[in-house]
Amino acid sequence: MKIAIASGKGGTGKTTLSTNLATFMAESANVVLTDLDVEEPNSGLFVQGELLHSEPKNKMIPHWEKENCSLCGNCQKVCNFNAILKMGDSIMVFPELCHGCYACCELCPTESLPMQPKQMGELKHFRAGDLDFVESRLMISEEQAVPLIKQTIDYVDANFPADTFKIFDAPPGTSCPVIEATKDADLVLLITEPTPFGLHDLKLAVETVRQLGKPFGVVLNRHGIGDDKVPAYCAAEGIPLVACIPNSRKIAETYAAGQLLYRDIPEVKAAVETVAAFIRDHNGGESS
Amino acid sequence: MKLIFTTKGTDWDSPMDPRFGRTEFFFVYDEETSAVETYDNRAIEGEAHGAGPKTAQKLAEFGAQILITGNGPGGNAATVLQTTGTEVHVGAGDMTVKEAYEAYQNGTLKKMQGA
Amino acid sequence: MKEIVVISGKGGTGKTSLTAAFAVLAGSDIVVADCDVDAADMHLLVEPDFAHQEAFFSGQLAVIDQSMCSACGECAAVCRFDAIPIINGQYIVDEISCEGCGYCARVCPVEAITNIEQNVGNWFRSEIRTGTTMVHAGLKIGADNSGKLVAKVKNEAKAVAEKEGKEIILVDGSPGVGCPVVSSLSGASYTVLVTEPTVSGLHDLKRVHQLVKMFGIDCGCIINKSDLNADVLAELRAFLAKEGIAHLAEIPYNEQFTAAVTNGKTIVEWDEEAAGLVRDCWREIQTHVGLPT
Repeated sequence: MKIAIASGKGGTGKTTLSTNLATFMAESANVVLTDLDVEEPNSGLFVQGELLHSEPKNKMIPHWEKENCSLCGNCQKVCNFNAILKMGDSIMVFPELCHGCYACCELCPTESLPMQPKQMGELKHFRAGDLDFVESRLMISEEQAVPLIKQTIDYVDANFPADTFKIFDAPPGTSCPVIEATKDADLVLLITEPTPFGLHDLKLAVETVRQLGKPFGVVLNRHGIGDDKVPAYCAAEGIPLVACIPNSRKIAETYAAGQLLYRDIPEVKAAVETVAAFIRDHNGGESS
Repeated sequence: MKLIFTTKGTDWDSPMDPRFGRTEFFFVYDEETSAVETYDNRAIEGEAHGAGPKTAQKLAEFGAQILITGNGPGGNAATVLQTTGTEVHVGAGDMTVKEAYEAYQNGTLKKMQGA
Repeated sequence: MKEIVVISGKGGTGKTSLTAAFAVLAGSDIVVADCDVDAADMHLLVEPDFAHQEAFFSGQLAVIDQSMCSACGECAAVCRFDAIPIINGQYIVDEISCEGCGYCARVCPVEAITNIEQNVGNWFRSEIRTGTTMVHAGLKIGADNSGKLVAKVKNEAKAVAEKEGKEIILVDGSPGVGCPVVSSLSGASYTVLVTEPTVSGLHDLKRVHQLVKMFGIDCGCIINKSDLNADVLAELRAFLAKEGIAHLAEIPYNEQFTAAVTNGKTIVEWDEEAAGLVRDCWREIQTHVGLPT
């Protein structure tokens, strides 16, 4: 079963929920936590484990071979992304801008632009106690998160049986990377906080998940601070408010130190248990 | 020497455009002939990504040895300018073209390393 | 004209709350540009009137004219994004998967495919309650922020500043480290980095600072929630010192920030103690930018 943890706004507790939930569930089931926030992967700061495997993740970009090139400039003409330019008597490729569409390569009359792998990031697979943890990190100045997210999901699919609980920490926002990270999920958990910012961004996230047609629930973080408009909104929209994580300075401090919360803070443990039960319900009550 | 400025207008009193990739105009000055040439780069607004290298490619067509701009080109554009051997002087973002030229002559602009 | 850009790398550090507070302090002296388009929240604190609205187009989308299509499948064969599935015998473009590369249109033997500019959202020019103008934008679901949209928002803000003779543009920058941030930083006179002493805050600050450094932009840092963790705080301070980043302020963890936001106010209108810190900080930023305080 695939569970995506998402939020409209950054900094609402997405990583807190996914790391605590995954570690807790791993005590009694097979769980893999995957950090798909490839621009800023942070789950690994909270879940340290033994590195089992790492691999470079590549994308395909054109490589100029000048021997037969007639400098016709067709490659530049067919590129919609300004990723390849003819400069004087040479052809320059800008790997970060390339989307890997192959148009320049396959439409080159002299076959002077074969596609070659170029590293865009790195995937790491850790084992932390009972939990498997996978993260991918996009290299700085790389622009496209989506291909790396896709390859990371593929890795998880290939390496873990279908009955594993696969928890995905999605990137924030409502743009393509979030959609890529949630579109295969069986269940989406949206985490937010009880502030006008949190409510506004939750509404955007809800719109996104509804467009994808996914079952979903809301987890409210920092409950007690702010106002009660998020619960009111959920009630009015018929959205399950699955659990509330209380606001407390102790939680903020424990998070700041890079530590998991649920073992020391009973309220967090209670919230995580409720979320785990909600997930199992959606899994048809199977123990997987 | 031929100098090229990133600007928001087409004369010596125009403000500089601190941006490189999305600069509105080029102002080209040939010190030998005192000839001034300008180029309207505003079509670049339509490019979602990769404005830097595209502008750098255009710049190369003017054959200027010196680029005077504000914050300096990003990585991709800098790579293009390296191939043409263009010297990049930054820090003129708040000036007019005239002031930027004077600052260049007085050596008060910062020369970008590796570009 | 000076452009002050506030960025944070990580979400939830208080970037937008602080930017809005600066906007209140600066009043009509500035023009505000909200480039945090993915989670544009500043409008919740400054009450824009959305007076002027324009559609924004960015990127391309392939469209197949079914009346011309011969269903040869050439388009689907060349598409690397699996964006042209065949549904009931018709080749249909999946709008979410299409990258707009245009390859399909180039190989279509009957020229049945065109590329259209995608309407990805709107941008707005508003009067806000601080007595000035704000330029901001809203994206459709699944649409990506881009350097182009950020440049558009900033350009419109500059046009307003020029027209009204304003000296400062205050920019709420985009998150992450991609193209939108690069565009947010392009043209900046000064960058304010907002962080918090958490392991993720430190990690993301280092990443985003690499970019600021590459552009050679003068910058200062605000450590929000500074008393959350003494060890990480010490690390943050050391990092600022090592990189020569001005240490603008340390603002202790204060739930009044949330209380202010909940009441639609900025911290400077809500809590006198924190307000003093933010006021000092804004003054220091102005000094760094070379403006009279």
